[in-house]
Amino acid sequence: MTNIISTHQLTRSFGKFTAVDAITFEVREGEIFGFLGANGAGKTTALKILTGLLSPSSGSATVAGFDVKKQPEQIKRRIGYMSQKFSLYEDLTVRENIRLYGGIYGLKTSEIKSKTAVLLEKLQITEEADKLVGSLPLGWKQKLAFSVALLHEPKIVFLDEPTSGVDPLTRRQFWELIYEAAAEGVTLMVTTHYMDEAEYCDRVSIMVSGKIEALDTPRAMKASFGAEDMDEVFRKLARGV
Amino acid sequence: MSKITAENLSKSYGGVQAIKDINVSVQEGEIFGLIGPDGAGKTTLFRILTSLLLPDSGSATVAGLDIVKDYKRLRTVIGYMPGRFSLYQDLTVEENLEFFASVFGTSIRENYDLIAPIYVQIEPFKDRRAGALSGGMKQKLALCCALIHKPEVLFLDEPGTGVDPVSRKEFWDMLRNLRQQGLTMLVSTPYMDEAELCDRVALIQKGEIMAIDTPKGITASFRQPLYAVRSDNMYQLIKDLRGFEGAADCYAFGEYAHLKLGQLSESFQLSESSIHEFLLSKNHRNIEVKPAEPTVEDCFIELMKN
Repeated sequence: MTNIISTHQLTRSFGKFTAVDAITFEVREGEIFGFLGANGAGKTTALKILTGLLSPSSGSATVAGFDVKKQPEQIKRRIGYMSQKFSLYEDLTVRENIRLYGGIYGLKTSEIKSKTAVLLEKLQITEEADKLVGSLPLGWKQKLAFSVALLHEPKIVFLDEPTSGVDPLTRRQFWELIYEAAAEGVTLMVTTHYMDEAEYCDRVSIMVSGKIEALDTPRAMKASFGAEDMDEVFRKLARGV
Repeated sequence: MSKITAENLSKSYGGVQAIKDINVSVQEGEIFGLIGPDGAGKTTLFRILTSLLLPDSGSATVAGLDIVKDYKRLRTVIGYMPGRFSLYQDLTVEENLEFFASVFGTSIRENYDLIAPIYVQIEPFKDRRAGALSGGMKQKLALCCALIHKPEVLFLDEPGTGVDPVSRKEFWDMLRNLRQQGLTMLVSTPYMDEAELCDRVALIQKGEIMAIDTPKGITASFRQPLYAVRSDNMYQLIKDLRGFEGAADCYAFGEYAHLKLGQLSESFQLSESSIHEFLLSKNHRNIEVKPAEPTVEDCFIELMKN
């Protein structure tokens, strides 16, 4: 069992404000790891460090075997990333988007070609391949963005609120894609405000004011907090209620 | 008394029909929920009802005023909290509130009582710039600014999107308090669990309303037998249950999967044990099967598929 992410006293401050406060945790290979916390708890800052976009103030972390401080570029090449705000280019076609991202991820032209065919087939959107992404329904865009994030076969994919605002059916179909990827050995780190989605994760961590206040399987967490669902756990932790 | 009445409202943007023949009526003192995902038409409907957008066809009145002919007066009696953060990031909390009060020809002092329960929570930060507030605090400030002129009707467009569940819950508690003061509220949200907090809801998808009723009325219309099932492997569980004879549908719902059967077999108990046996035969462990109460979300999915 390898750890895809390993942090030790990871800290990040902005002036006097400590956004991430000495967090220490691991994410195992093949896990679906839920990274939760209220807005302002430090999740986004922590994710930026783990995706090589921000350097820590102190402490250390490795992602896919690379050091976040010394090797952020190597990390960026080996991870996938998807969020609501950063996704595909609306005014490029499906095919063009795949080609663009394939190129950015350093794939060869022949590889891009074959992967495109596989991807289109898998999502059953071969007919839409030359349509602008902007014209697709949101649910399709989500699934496409996720598949594109997997194009270069990264060991870990970071998903930042991937299902925000999406209809309940598409939300679930999206999670089945996540399950499938996990079944194929990809590690997934997901942030979400949907507490039912927290239940789909193997383990979940909850950040409060820069620290990780809880980390466990959803089941164990609910038991230790005497809560019926993750919503209740969250409330108890975040508000001390 | 109807505070909002929409009749056959339709609107297209180019070739895309954003809303089609929307008919809805919101009663005085109600919290009415417009429940649907992104792209369903919620914001379009809100913009029309708040006089920011003209419909292609149909008509509507808010607080007895026509949205087209009486739009100037309408704007003075409604409060509007749009989807994205709408306040001035570089003004402080207090400055934002003062600004909105002055635009409506009033002052913070005049209507302090109405906003007090909410404002006291952010008052300690009144000299902080709005841009430096957390998501939950921004929501509270935006709500205060929408209420400062004592509107008759409040429009809240996805007030909880992007906000953590705790802040969302607190926000809804504030709305319930406002209802007790006689305020009529139309709230849109993609969160199905918030539907349960409304007096009545309209489920909207792809520009059309699928159902309007109380949350209980919506869930009562769910006819088919529903079970909550769990085992140690959710993904495999869902795949297997879809192959179960008599299964109409199966989806994940948090810790449990919801299994909907096509028809009721002899009894609930019989179905329960046959599901259990089936899962044992598929090598699932720690199996739990029990009847489930349908939620608004179950109904939404059902309506979407029809």
